[in-house]
Amino acid sequence: MKMLDDESKKEKKKDYTTATFKTSRLINGHSIENAAAGVLDLKISHRFGMVNKGAYEFFGLDQATMRLGLDYGISNRLMIGIGHSTYQKQYDAFGKFKIIRQSKSGSWPSPISVSAVSSVMLNTLKWEDPSRKNFYTSRLAFAHQLIIARKFSEGLSLQVMPSFVHYNIVAAVTIPNDIYAMGVGGRIKLSKRLSFNAEYYHVLSISLVPGEDYRLPGTKNSLAVGFDIETGGHVFQLHFTSSTGMTEKTFITETTGDFFKGDIHFGFNVSRVFTIKDKRKKK
Amino acid sequence: MKKLFFVAFFISAAAFANAQNIVFTKTGKVSFYSRSKVEKVEADNNEVSSILNTQSGELVFAVLLKSFHFERALMEEHFNENYVESSKFPKATFKGKITNITSVNFIKDGAYPVTVEGELTMHGVTKTISSNGSVSVKAGKISAFSKFSIKLKDYNISIPSLVGDKISEDIDITVDCKYEPKS
Repeated sequence: MKMLDDESKKEKKKDYTTATFKTSRLINGHSIENAAAGVLDLKISHRFGMVNKGAYEFFGLDQATMRLGLDYGISNRLMIGIGHSTYQKQYDAFGKFKIIRQSKSGSWPSPISVSAVSSVMLNTLKWEDPSRKNFYTSRLAFAHQLIIARKFSEGLSLQVMPSFVHYNIVAAVTIPNDIYAMGVGGRIKLSKRLSFNAEYYHVLSISLVPGEDYRLPGTKNSLAVGFDIETGGHVFQLHFTSSTGMTEKTFITETTGDFFKGDIHFGFNVSRVFTIKDKRKKK
Repeated sequence: MKKLFFVAFFISAAAFANAQNIVFTKTGKVSFYSRSKVEKVEADNNEVSSILNTQSGELVFAVLLKSFHFERALMEEHFNENYVESSKFPKATFKGKITNITSVNFIKDGAYPVTVEGELTMHGVTKTISSNGSVSVKAGKISAFSKFSIKLKDYNISIPSLVGDKISEDIDITVDCKYEPKS
């Protein structure tokens, strides 16, 4: 046995940290995780109305916005996804790439994982003013995020998400086209199949264009807390969030609710994975 | 890496005076199957290290649990995260003996039935197991094969009731190793 141990020590194999989070979304935004290569991930997400609207609105459950999404892992590093939200009748698409993966051994051990996500969002609501000349590109907004994550232990994972959102068109000159934000998030595992998650995006007071504000008028920072519940092929995420939308531009920059004043939406994401390609045959 | 390996190889060869009795592999194969009414779970590991002493019959295995590969990525994640907890218990090991090693004629080609006894350590639990298998010799090459079954609850691996009908309590394990001479 000693001989075997000695030999396995000499032959250092890259040991990537896995399962930093249970699924590819923390709550509203992306986590460091991807769908594995050849895996299709169907995401059904709902956000109800605000709980402080009282019994008349059944504490928000009378309203709902939803997003239907499909994610696919092209390789173990690259994932793409598309989605449609009822909110602003948005279509969205993204690509997500793992640049660095946290690993213990190997020639380049890394204490952190780093991923990049870029998404494009298309608002397809009817034009506010159909009489003037409207351009297709005016419907587009873009978001770029870097996700830096570390799984500190089995129970604790944290990540920071420097983010940038660009609107092709905004309503007035004082409203910024470019918005910078910093996100922080993490999870604490309560049991093998249950974890507590939190996610917060802080819009930074950075404005590179003189005379422009740094955030959209009347918006607040997005805060969300929730639980991940894993049951075999499904992950259920139940949460409370101050955001209505489920795409990057909507929750980072268009959140109007104030979490601490009770502008809280109850919501859930359901993720179901389907294996399209047998993992072992690819090797 | 290769160079290092050879250096290690010679050092260990020198350390064991009776090295010619020792055969080893780093690419042994261990597979397991769980057959239930609903779902078939199987995984292969082709990176198993094992050493066999052909004189005394001593046999050891070290199996890195993260090297088991499944048909579905999610099964692999759950296997490591929820069942064997491979970050806490990265390896399964077996330390034992072929009790009737003298019945194997290593000079003559053929398949020889053998009995193996020893301790299997997995998920922090050590249990004595015994199994039947065979050692075959073909043109001087030695290989070993065995099939046995273990119970998950013996190793403190619990199956939540929610997936109870998808995972069988009894797991069939197949071992297939082709050994190389050590010197």
